[in-house]
Amino acid sequence: MQFMLLFSRQGKLRLQKWYVPLSDKEKKKITRELVQTVLARKPKMCSFLEWRDLKIVYKRYASLYFCCAIEDQDNELITLEIIHRYVELLDKYFGSVCELDIIFNFEKAYFILDEFLLGGEVQETSKKNVLKAIEQADLLQEC
Amino acid sequence: MPAPIRLRELIRTIRTARTQAEEREMIQKECAAIRSSFREEDNTYRCRNVAKLLYMHMLGYPAHFGQLECLKLIASQKFTDKRIGYLGAMLLLDERQDVHLLMTNCIKNDLNHSTQFVQGLALCTLGCMGSSEMCRDLAGEVEKLLKTSNSYLRKKAALCAVHVIRKVPELMEMFLPATKNLLNEKNHGVLHTSVVLLTEMCERSPDMLAHFRKNEKLVPQLVRILKNLIMSGYSPEHDVSGISDPFLQVRILRLLRILGRNDDDSSEAMNDILAQVATNTETSKNVGNAILYETVLTIMDIKSESGLRVLAINILGRFLLNNDKNIRYVALTSLLKTVQTDHNAVQRHRSTIVDCLKDLDVSIKRRAMELSFALVNGNNVRGMMKELLYFLDSCEPEFKADCASGIFLAAEKYAPSKRWHIDTIMRVLTTAGSYVRDDAVPNLIQLITNSVEMHAYTVQRLYKAILGDYSQQPLVQVAAWCIGEYGDLLVSGQCEEEEPIQVTEDEVLDILESVLISNMSTSVTRGYALTAIMKLSTRFTCTVNRIKKVVSIYGSSIDVELQQRAVEYNALFKKYDHMRSALLERMPVMEKMTTNGPTEIVQTNGETEPAPLETKPPPSGSQPASQANDLLDLLGGNDITPVIPTAPTSKPASAGGELLDLLGDINLTGAPAAAPPTASVPQISQPPFLLDGLSSQPLFNDITAGIPSITAYSKNGLKIEFTFERSNTNPSVTVITIQASNSTELDMTDFVFQAAVPKTFQLQLLSPSSSIVPAFNTGTITQVIKVLNPQKQQLRMRIKLTYNHKGSAMQDLAEVNNFPPQSWQ
Repeated sequence: MQFMLLFSRQGKLRLQKWYVPLSDKEKKKITRELVQTVLARKPKMCSFLEWRDLKIVYKRYASLYFCCAIEDQDNELITLEIIHRYVELLDKYFGSVCELDIIFNFEKAYFILDEFLLGGEVQETSKKNVLKAIEQADLLQEC
Repeated sequence: MPAPIRLRELIRTIRTARTQAEEREMIQKECAAIRSSFREEDNTYRCRNVAKLLYMHMLGYPAHFGQLECLKLIASQKFTDKRIGYLGAMLLLDERQDVHLLMTNCIKNDLNHSTQFVQGLALCTLGCMGSSEMCRDLAGEVEKLLKTSNSYLRKKAALCAVHVIRKVPELMEMFLPATKNLLNEKNHGVLHTSVVLLTEMCERSPDMLAHFRKNEKLVPQLVRILKNLIMSGYSPEHDVSGISDPFLQVRILRLLRILGRNDDDSSEAMNDILAQVATNTETSKNVGNAILYETVLTIMDIKSESGLRVLAINILGRFLLNNDKNIRYVALTSLLKTVQTDHNAVQRHRSTIVDCLKDLDVSIKRRAMELSFALVNGNNVRGMMKELLYFLDSCEPEFKADCASGIFLAAEKYAPSKRWHIDTIMRVLTTAGSYVRDDAVPNLIQLITNSVEMHAYTVQRLYKAILGDYSQQPLVQVAAWCIGEYGDLLVSGQCEEEEPIQVTEDEVLDILESVLISNMSTSVTRGYALTAIMKLSTRFTCTVNRIKKVVSIYGSSIDVELQQRAVEYNALFKKYDHMRSALLERMPVMEKMTTNGPTEIVQTNGETEPAPLETKPPPSGSQPASQANDLLDLLGGNDITPVIPTAPTSKPASAGGELLDLLGDINLTGAPAAAPPTASVPQISQPPFLLDGLSSQPLFNDITAGIPSITAYSKNGLKIEFTFERSNTNPSVTVITIQASNSTELDMTDFVFQAAVPKTFQLQLLSPSSSIVPAFNTGTITQVIKVLNPQKQQLRMRIKLTYNHKGSAMQDLAEVNNFPPQSWQ
């Protein structure tokens, strides 16, 4: 995976995880263009689109779009599962997660993501283990 | 100084802003507060401030002044600080910033920290955004952690190693020992990340790949793990919709693909498990289909047996019928990859693929279109074209150009009949006329020219097409060209294929003039129209005056291109009327052009690519061409390109071969049925018109006047006079106009003039005005010779005359030596 973006129906960015080195300017440009492209898609369209030389996999959960950019050899269908797993993790952690949770606790959303993916690849396939790690790390927090 | 506000507080406040300006104001205020707090080196609140900064950064505001603060947080002992510090580093610091290297030491320390979660943070950060230098420095630490027994760290170390290898491929070797027992783990996280690491190594290095195949016996290990996943019972920890750890299954299948590629043994070893996965996986949910998809990709890429391949294609065929459009999309993509190698198997699913053309989703439509074109063959071309033409009609504009090009290509390859081919082209031009690519126009014109028996039908259909609507430029261009060429067939109602329509000459000129005037016509199209009108002056009988008028009007057009044409055509009417019919003759059947480069206005012989010797055989009535080809062979293929002959006319066969004998080493253009320099092949944007060849050498202007003319030959009542013209801008070219006159009491018929010049010259003979020299000097035959004399040598020429006179065939050879010095010096 090259990057993952979460954004609202109004195009506001809620999370951005980049696994490739790009300048701030480039990131902004990509984000802007991709958000526009995805928001323009009609509801019945398929979850994949070709954009530049990447494959984009996106799925909408309530008011949030989860959007991943994968490479040619990556499996689009399993990427949908990856997105779904991340949503499940957030859901378990926050208890029926909604967009506001991610807005007000964005740093936690990042921490959870970083226990699930690393360098763009899945590091842990057990839901239980990811959540356990986050729980324990949270306990270490000093305040 | 009051404590800086909390993160949630700030978020709440900013969200109350009603305008962008209000938000900006709040942000600026908070940034100022944060900045002063940073200046005070406050350790207590640094974490909170950086977190707020990260939030504002996500909103799009600059946050670079927080970079150093992140480093300070990372160096702190508190876990909370480290957590936010590393997050900030990943968001704000990338390898382009100089400061990022300052992280290296902190990361190194944290990799050896006593708390695994701190080590985890360090591994994560390094694995996400570590630069090559950092990777080089810290690779050793990562390698150490790869061997730890702590599975929490081991899995992160594996992915970190993947990142290191991606950044610094030379370091791959050092991770090799640590990979030895990776697959013996029970922990799925470690298994998954290990498979990813092994995949990365095998993909990057053929040596590694060979090593893992042979020495490590990776394939049996992977097969075993995969088998366990499938056969084992329900495992709540890894279950997704009844499938056990699909993520791991997919990665294993992908690694198997790489191991089995081009390797018979490995492919055989995995044959069974692939068949098992392909047949036993639940397909009701996306998860199962994701595994099937990966399985299919693997089967198609390795050396699998044919039964397995058929199984794979059938899976894809079932995917095509799935309700889920994601599955359909993925199927079309995969089929596109396999259509070359397993063509027949994919053909079986053709009708389903064609149905996908009607899908609502743009991505699916595109895939279906590409795949459809790949499946067209001689057997199904009629049916497929019907579907594709319908698709062209209804698809989105972004597809039309590609679709049109695809249809043209397929039609060219598989057209069952000429009529069908022309009809198909017509259909494309009328439905998607404005989307057709520029290079299609000359290709189509060539195709039409070569379908001799269809000329009447084609021009009639094209005429009808633009009658209603002349806004689609490519359509109008082709139509204008055809009307110019075959307008006579149009008005004489010669169409056989369908009911001939009644068209008058005036009506035809009406439409061409409308094209000329219309605002929608581009300059190029106008050029086509004007040239077409001009050509009709020799094909129409009643409207020549009208044509003359139109042409003269455009002599003062502001469009320079049109103006030049009009002026030259005008001159044709006035000064060179005797040449007009010859110049505007029907186009010959063209040689197949492989490339569409711009016409090279070669001064030597006005022709372009010397392609006449291969590709299509020359058309009938082309004995001159074949004999000219012989000449070329005999001459050793120097740069005399034989003039391509016109459509058969009643000219005698060339005596070119004989000339060679007689003329010895003199260069020769056997050009009895000398065609006009029509192999000035269709340029991309201009009609293939004869005068283009001439106009490059300004014939009508810039002429050195006052070269005396000579009588080159006078015998038996036949007199041939040479008049000369040379251009100031191109002095190596001499244009000779010969005039043959007959003072006897009987006509000379079937008159043919041939000429040869010494080797250092090049010669081109244009079409004569006629083949009859009338008696009693009542008329002349004119013919133009162009001589290229780059070395400015003295002009010499041998001529050969053949004609019929008083019932007998006459022939004479002569040498012309009396060229005036001004004609060659």
